[in-house]
Parts: sequence; structure tokens; C-alpha cells
Amino acid sequence: MKLEMRPQPSSFWAYASPVLALLVTVAIGIGLFMALGKDPVKGLQVFFWEPIKSPYALGELLVKATPLLIIALGLAVCFRSNVWNIGAEGQFVIGALAAGGVALLADKTTGPWIVPAILAAGVGGGMAWAGITAWLRDRFNANEILVSLMLVYVADLILNFMVFGPWKDPAGYNFPQTRTFDAVTQIPRLMPGSRVTIGIVLALAGVGALWLYLYRTYAGFAQEVSGVAPAASRYAGFSSRRALWVALLVSGGAAGLAGALEVAGPIGQLTPYVPAGYGFAAIIVAFVGRLHPVGVVFAAILMSMFYIGGELAQSRLGLPKSITGVFQGLLLFNLLACDTLIAYRFRLFKPLSLSSQGAR
Amino acid sequence: MDSMALLLASTLSAGTVLAIASLGLLINEKSGIVNLGAEGMMLCAAIAGFATVIHTGNTWLGFAAGMAAGACLAAIFGVLVIWLGTNQYATGLALTLFGAGFSAFAGIRYVQEKLPEQTLYPIPVLADLPFIGPALFRQHPMVYIAMALTAGLVWFLYRTRAGLVLRSVGESPESAHALGYPVRRIRLAAVVAGGALCGLAGAYVSLVYTPLWVEGMIAGKGWIALALTTFATWRPARVLLGAYLFGGVTMLQFHLQGLGVNVPTQLLSMLPYLATIVVLVLISRNPLWIRVNMPTSIGKPFHPGA
Amino acid sequence: MTDLQKRALLRLAALSAVAAAALVGCGKKVEVAPAPVPAAAAPAKAEPLKIAFAYVGPVGDGGWTYAHDNGRKAVEKEFGDKVVTSFVEKVPESADAERVIRDMAGQGNMLIFGTTFGYMEPMLKVAADLKNVKFEHATGYKTAANLRTYDSRTYEGAYMAGVIAGKMSKTGTLGVVGSVPIPEVVRNINSFTLGAQSVNPAIKTKVVWVNEWFNPPKETEAATALINGGADVLFQNTDSSAVLQTAEKMGKRAFGWDSDMTAYGPKAHLASAVINWGPYYVKAVGEALDGKWTGATSAWWGVKEGAIDLVSMAADVPDETKKRVDEVKAGLKDGSFSIWKGPIMDNTGKVLLAKDAVADDKFLGGLKTYVKGVEGKVPGG
Repeated sequence: MKLEMRPQPSSFWAYASPVLALLVTVAIGIGLFMALGKDPVKGLQVFFWEPIKSPYALGELLVKATPLLIIALGLAVCFRSNVWNIGAEGQFVIGALAAGGVALLADKTTGPWIVPAILAAGVGGGMAWAGITAWLRDRFNANEILVSLMLVYVADLILNFMVFGPWKDPAGYNFPQTRTFDAVTQIPRLMPGSRVTIGIVLALAGVGALWLYLYRTYAGFAQEVSGVAPAASRYAGFSSRRALWVALLVSGGAAGLAGALEVAGPIGQLTPYVPAGYGFAAIIVAFVGRLHPVGVVFAAILMSMFYIGGELAQSRLGLPKSITGVFQGLLLFNLLACDTLIAYRFRLFKPLSLSSQGAR
Repeated sequence: MDSMALLLASTLSAGTVLAIASLGLLINEKSGIVNLGAEGMMLCAAIAGFATVIHTGNTWLGFAAGMAAGACLAAIFGVLVIWLGTNQYATGLALTLFGAGFSAFAGIRYVQEKLPEQTLYPIPVLADLPFIGPALFRQHPMVYIAMALTAGLVWFLYRTRAGLVLRSVGESPESAHALGYPVRRIRLAAVVAGGALCGLAGAYVSLVYTPLWVEGMIAGKGWIALALTTFATWRPARVLLGAYLFGGVTMLQFHLQGLGVNVPTQLLSMLPYLATIVVLVLISRNPLWIRVNMPTSIGKPFHPGA
Repeated sequence: MTDLQKRALLRLAALSAVAAAALVGCGKKVEVAPAPVPAAAAPAKAEPLKIAFAYVGPVGDGGWTYAHDNGRKAVEKEFGDKVVTSFVEKVPESADAERVIRDMAGQGNMLIFGTTFGYMEPMLKVAADLKNVKFEHATGYKTAANLRTYDSRTYEGAYMAGVIAGKMSKTGTLGVVGSVPIPEVVRNINSFTLGAQSVNPAIKTKVVWVNEWFNPPKETEAATALINGGADVLFQNTDSSAVLQTAEKMGKRAFGWDSDMTAYGPKAHLASAVINWGPYYVKAVGEALDGKWTGATSAWWGVKEGAIDLVSMAADVPDETKKRVDEVKAGLKDGSFSIWKGPIMDNTGKVLLAKDAVADDKFLGGLKTYVKGVEGKVPGG
């Protein structure tokens, strides 16, 4: 059996690969459930049915999916431009921090204008943090993967410092957390009885915007070409420097927005537990979604199902929580493996020698 | 004086974990492959080693199990990245995520277990020397192995043919391929060797450094090891010194607290990361410096005859 | 392939995914899924009371969560089939907690225990929405009509440990690995020191903060730093056995915390300050079963109620010290002994408690400074 490169990438497999990866992951999951002595159908139910079976459950799914989706949209732009922003988690944290800072300024007399201000602060914070990576890459050619990754840790520590120190709630018995934000700062909810905020609307708007940008605007085209074929893009006059900055600022801003939505939404204060790993999970979401705006939506929902399913698996099936990480990692592994089918095909037998020598 | 000696001793111990993992990653990266899955490999190795010692009572078997676990995961990573051409960064991240979940999962029944009593290995005579005795000669053998590993790697990379081939694969896989070297196999070997060393470091954490198992116990040391490789500009001796430096910062922070000095701990904890960024900037801005220091083909996939 | 075709394919894929999910959902209807909004009526008399516990750590941590789970098991033992208990472990102190707790209520649990401070806001939110479910929050300070708080007087265990530490330390320096600098932990450090000073007035305590509740490698490093700095008896407010194991490795002594940790450091172990949540949990469940449960209160139980104890004292602790510890225990049980009785000064020379004044719970709840003998300053305090 041999891997042979296809004459051109298979567009069938471009769409079928994530589905196949999911099926393989589910199959392994079934095997895992059985090996642990749990009913596999019940296991699948917990992961794929329970999270969507009621309006409340759907709402929670969207609450979880919103930050993943927003960050992944930004990362899609970034990765398509061949800029590897691994530090979305850090940008998320700084965005949350900036947003929290604005939220803390609010008191009982503040008007609802504070909400857009909070979101803007989040976007700004994320952009500024990603901007550091962009500048270091632009000016000094420093590898953006390592720089953005290091900045994740720095961001976490800054949050920690603020929450243990200057921003600690004076009435909070010295617990490391800020005071709960005033009610007026709450991101408006979509409907009563659910924690879903307008964040999901912003996210879906982002999906539309990204789709338009990538497939219908000249700028988007230029951005993508500079990622796929930098030499060609330079020849065509597209600035690769601009592409770098756009990529990082967009993904940083998106991550910061997600941070603001989380902090002024479900959490309602700044704690050391704000960094929830969404920045890293979003990388997987971006990949599973094939860096396509619509694909990313499905990928975000899928990942959220894994998260929530993992939680439920504990109380319904007595399965350990770590199973979530196992499934998520497996999904990505399988996806990456199945993606090979896009560029390569398997050949059982070596093709006859017509093409191997002479005519090249 | 005595407490300085002890501080030095704990620094060496703390730095050993980082050093061994980082040397493994260095081998990887010298061949041009970045494995972001260090944390996942170390976690799986930690539980593999721990479980092995619980069942067999033999610490050295535990280390071997850790190395095997790391090597296995690295092999999977290697096949995906080198032969199937998957994106290195995404695959490495998947490895980290999977490794974290799997180790937590597999380790559930070991959480309250206790390891058999550890034997201490003070070096006779040398251990009783004033100051340097307690500082240097009352360590677990793994500390000395880390130093030997460093020396061995320097010799291998810069004094042997095989090391030269490895480095050339990292610099220009196309040229190496043209010269007839099996680039992909060499890269796989480097990845597996790197994984084995990360595994050794992971097992050291759960068997010697903090002899118990809890999920997530590597607590970011894998990422620091990745940073360290860059910080040390891919040179083994610098890796060892950098490891002690990074390890020392944590110990120093606690030491200062114990002395009553109130330094904001978060600021001190940031230092290794900020230092890495500074070094990265310094070596990257001069194109000549980059060529001299960083393996050129890092992160780029290689397809023979593609 | 045109964009139209691409979209069609994607839609097809999405539809098939949803169809698959629906099929799976319809597949097994054996278990009737409970409604997410719980029924307003109270459970019928014959039906067992459903109780749920939310844990922040793993039940196998041998420390904080392990102690809570033991309390849960005590409830099962006491009430048999009158109750049905369940738990979810490793629930993070974040937005996820609200979902988990709400889900617990949705599953029909009428009494829910949240075992860490960080669940305070999530529990308040759910309690406000589901007024017929009862909530018990450990170590918090906000209550509601259907939510009350409970805590244990860990400082009593710390004091008794201090009595032993003061006697057993040869260097006269004690070391404490602190978790997060909240009043509870500061109080424990102070009580530990007071206990030691009752035996050796010249005792000194050094403190190192790891800023987390549970991080074995960091706890190891902190313990090592303390030992390097001259401490030969260690105490902790963190939740793993790493400190004890480090002491064992380096030939010093230490204490177990939250649960009996003798097995983790047989040579180093002096005693373990344990928390018994059993008595409180049994009381709370009993009240719920009898319909006598009321919210908006704060319970703070100690040695007197059987919630705190110092166990497994090492064989080489001198008899007179063991006797002293027993005396303290008896005095705490019958109320004749007060740990926090003046004169007590802080380590800057300011008087915290005047001579013969006895601290009340409010004073104890707001402790922010170290007593004399403890080196340094409380971070951020």
C-alpha cells in the first residue's frame, strides 16, 4: 500500500474528511465505552443528544460555542494567511482583562452605553496583545508561534496579578477576585431562562462577514494569496506585511471580544479562572471547520457537545471528566489523518512503469 | 551559606526536568520538526512511569516505561507529520490535548497511591565537602544523567557524522535528500528520540520530583521546555544552563518569600517567558544570526519528489 | 465546484449529522429524561431525597474533596434508602459551575452541596431561579432564603498541630506552605503559631504562598524552600500530600491536612488535622428530611461538634505533649478553652486582642494580619 499524490486536491474529501474523522472518533468512543463497561448507546446519547434535547440545553450549548466560534473565525483568517497565532488564549485573557477593567468603572448610575464600551475594550485589548506578536514578527522576524505562546503565560500572570492585587474586591474577604460587575454591564441576553447572550448574534454576524470578506472582496483574496503563495502575492503587489498585521489584529480582536463576552456575560467578574483554554480549543475548531466560516460553526458546536457531554457523562454515566480531552484530541488526530486523503490517495499496488521513468 | 548551598541543590533538581525535556525537543528541532506535544508526552510518561513502579517496585523500570510512552506518542506524531504531511503545529497541539486527557483518564485509579521509599544516592566523600557537597553531590542520579546527556549531545551533534547528517537534514532537507540520505527516516528517528527524552523527563517528575500522581501534574513544564530550546538557540550546553536558570527562578521566588521579601510572585514567574521572547527577538532580527542559530527548515514539511 | 454546490454539500453534511443525532436520541427511550425545569411540588414522602454534591477536585485527592466525599458516604450510611446521593467532581470555579449545578437541580436533586468558595455566585444565581431547591455552600459568605453556608473551624486543628510542632522543632523555626491568602488561611497560620508558642514562646514561623489550592510540584518547591531556609517542621494549607512527602524526603517533620496522610510520609508524619464533614452533612440531610431545613444561616463547626480533629499522633511525640493536645480538645469541646484569647499582638507590635478578651466569630472571619512570631506580611492584605 502506498501513498500517491493526487493530480489535484480532491474536493470531495475536503468536505468528507471531517465527517469521516468524526465517524472514526465516534467508533473509537463506542469501543471505549464498551471497554469501560458502559452502554455505548447511552454514551452517544450523552454526548450528542442530551446537549441539544431541550431549549435550555441548546442555550447552554450556544453559550459554550460562542467564544469558540468567535475565536476560531479570527484564527481562520490568520491560518489562511499562513500566520500561526497559537496565542489566542493570551489575547482572550487580555481582552477579558481590559473589558473587566471597563466594567469595574460602572456603578449604579452608569447607563447601558457601558456594554459596547466593554466589548470595544475587549477587542482593543486582544488586538493590542496580538499586535505585540505582529510587531515582533514584522520588525525583528521573530517566530510568531513561540512569541504568541509565551505571551499566553505572561497574560495569565498579569490577570493573576491584577486579581490578587490592585483589582481585588475590597469587600471580598481577600479572595482573589474582583467584585461582581454591576448589573448594567451584563451583556444582554437573547431570551429569559437561558444564558445565551447577543454574543451568538455577533458570532453569526462574524460568520457572514468572514464569508463575504474571503470570497467576495478583493482584500480577502489578497490576504489569502499572501498566505498560500507569498512570492506570487509579492509579484502581484499584495503587501505581505499588511497581511501579517491584518491576520494578527483580526484574530487578536476576535479573541479579545470572546474574552469580553465571557467576562461580562456568564462569569460576571474577573477571577483567576477566566483562562478556560478556549484559545487552544479554538485552534482545533478552526481546523476541524476547514478554516471555512460555515464549517467553523459546525466545528464549534461539535466541540461544545464534547465539553458538555463530558460534564454530563460524569453524572449520568459515572465516566471521568478527562474523557472530554481524549475525544477532542482524538478528533483532531483523526481529522489531520483523514485530511491526507485530500492531497493523496492510497494505492494498493504500484502502478505500472509507464509514468515512473522517461516521460516526466 | 548553608541555605545558599541548598538553594543551589534544589535549583539543579528543578532544572533537570526542563533540561531533559528540552534536550529532547532540541533533537526534534535540529531535524526541522517542532513538536508542540511535549506537555502531552510528559504527562503520559509520568503516569506510565508511576503505574509501572506501583506494579513492579522498580524505579528504573519506571523510567524505561516513561521513555517508551514518550517514544510511542512521538512515533504517532512523527508518522502523521512526516509521512502524511499533516500540519506540525496542529498535530502537536492534538497530541498535547490527547495526552492530557488520556493520562488523566488512565491515572484515575492511581491518584491515592504511594510509591515505595526512595533511595538516596549521596556520592561518598564528595557529598561531605563543605558547601559544594550538599549543593552538588546529594542529588538523584537523574541530575547527573542530565548533565551527561548534555555533554553526549554536544559530542553527537558536533563531532559525529550522524550528528552532522541530522543537522543538515534540519538545515536543508532537499539537499540532504539529493545526497541520498533518507530524510524522512532520519526525522522520524529524531522525533522518536526526542519523545523518549520528554518521556524520561515526565517520569522523573512523577517518580522523583513529586512522587505522586495527579492529573495535570506537569503543570506547563512542557511548554517551558519548548521555550527553553529557543531561548538556548538550539545549543545543548545553553539548554542545560537555561534550564537551571528557569528552574532557579521558581525556587528563588519561594526562597525570597521565605526570607520575608514580598516580591509579587507573578512578576517573578513571568521572567522565563519574557526572557525567551527577548532572546527570540535578538537572534531573529539579524538574518545571519538566524541562519547560524535556528535550523532553517523548522516547521516546514518535506516531501521527497513532491 | 461552484459555491452553490459547496453550500449544498455542506447543508447535506449538516443535515445528516443532525439526523444521526436525532436517531440516536430516539433510539433509547428507556430512561425518561427529566425536565430541565424541576417540578414545583416537593418530593412525595415515600420517595428518597435526591442529594447532589459538587466537588472542585477529584475524589481521589486524599485531601479536601476526599474529606467531603467521606462526608457524603456518612450520609448514605446514616440514612440508607431514604436518600440517593450523587456527585460531580472537578467542577471548575467558573461559568461552567452554574451549568452543572443547574443540571443537578434539573435531575431532581432537592438538596445540593457546593464544596468550594468559587461556587458562590453560580449557586446564588441558580438558587434565585429555583426557590424550592435547597443549597448548601461551603466556606462562602453570601446566603439566600434557600441557600446557607457552612464551614469548619480548621484553625482549631491548626492550633493543636502547632502545640506538637512547637515541641518537636529543634531549630525553633516552623514553615507553612500557604495556598491563597484569604482570612481562613491566615487564621490557620496564626493559630498554628499560637499553638506552638504555647509550648515554646520563642518559636518563629515562615510562610511561603503558592497562590493555588492544589499544585503538588509547586508545593514541593515551596516546602523545599522553607526547609532550605531553616524550618524543620512543616505545616500546610494546600490540599495534596506533596509537602509531607518533601519533608519525608529531606528528613524533616510535617503534618497531614484535611485527611489522615500518615501513609504518605510515615517517618515525617507528626499528626493530621482532619475535617469530618460527616456530622454536619448528616445534620443537614436530617433537617431536610424532617422538613426543618432553613436557609440564610451560617454554620461554623469545630471540635465541639465533631467536625475537626487531630489524629494519628506520631509515636515519638512526648506523652506530656499528647496530654496537652487532649486537654485542648476537651477544652474546645466543652467551651472552657479559647484559642483566641488576649493578649495577642500582630507582628508589627499592634495589639489585636486585649488581655483576657476572647475573639468572636466576626473577628476571626476578618483576620488579615500575621500574629507576632510569623515573619513577613500577608500578600495583598
